Amino acid sequence: MSERSERTDRLSVTEHSPLWEVFVRARRGLSHTHVGSLHAPDAELALRNARDLYTRRQEGVSIWVVPAAAITASSPDEKDAFFDPAADKVYRHPTFYDVPDGVSHL
Amino acid sequence: MNGPFDFTLSLGDDALIAAQRLGEWATRAPEMEEDIALANIALDQLGAARLLLSYAGELEGAGRDEDALAYLRDDRQFRNCLLVELPNGDFAVTMAKLLFLSAYQLPLYSALTGCADERLAAIGGKTRKESAYHLDHASLWVRRLGDGTDESHRRMQDAVDQVWPYVHELFTADPAAPVDPATLRADFDTRVTAVLDEATLTRPTDGWAPAGGRDGVHTEHLSFLLAEMQVLHRAHPGAQW
Repeated sequence: MSERSERTDRLSVTEHSPLWEVFVRARRGLSHTHVGSLHAPDAELALRNARDLYTRRQEGVSIWVVPAAAITASSPDEKDAFFDPAADKVYRHPTFYDVPDGVSHL
Repeated sequence: MNGPFDFTLSLGDDALIAAQRLGEWATRAPEMEEDIALANIALDQLGAARLLLSYAGELEGAGRDEDALAYLRDDRQFRNCLLVELPNGDFAVTMAKLLFLSAYQLPLYSALTGCADERLAAIGGKTRKESAYHLDHASLWVRRLGDGTDESHRRMQDAVDQVWPYVHELFTADPAAPVDPATLRADFDTRVTAVLDEATLTRPTDGWAPAGGRDGVHTEHLSFLLAEMQVLHRAHPGAQW
């Protein structure tokens, strides 16, 4: 733990316990999946709370907790520019290119 | 105390009364996540109580099951330590009580796994993992409150001072028991001192050491707790639930 805090001002519960996003990899899972969020005063307690809330203390799972404030999300407004595969550009299609003779397994 | 029946009954009563007190926190914890954690710990304690009381009933051989032992004894017949029946107080008092209880239960249950009685060894194997989690949870909060703000530090120190006298009873020597509680004191001191140091808290000096719980001589708090816990069972004797 850090040194004794010098803060004496009263904080609200939400300031005491910021929001954390929780990602869990199941025992036989391949990757971490976002499972939800929770409030906790710090990362260590966020991990403990995540274990109680999302894994029921199973052995062999991996948990990541990330402060929600640290996550940058794509904006829904930019969806077209972000995710549209730009199908109108013909040079993006593999069929545009002639395959040279002698190339197999394409 | 003498013999495995008294020993098993006292451990079961410790867990049962601890579960009852922790259950009082439901919907009242500082935050939702803590509500769930305290309910989790209460359920662990209740699970241990059921295993221990069921076995105590078998050892006694008088036909008393877990419910008969939990609901049809009065305070003079309960063998729990005084520590677990103390009121919850504020969050710091609850965490001080949980720290001391789990720092006693963990080495106790661990020692049980090696005892000659197979049932007690099996119960110890199951409950020891849960106790490690309880100790971890209480340690985290004692460190945070002790090393938090001036106010949380003051309350945590007050809580430790208030509850400390009641830990001595836990380690009263009982050479006849499957595990002699006196042998657990060093382990308890090591764990608890480390947490208190890190929490910037002062370990209280040993002085007044109230006892009597193991002989059925309790504080005034237990009979109120039992009145609430047992009211329905006593109102409808013999009913199936």
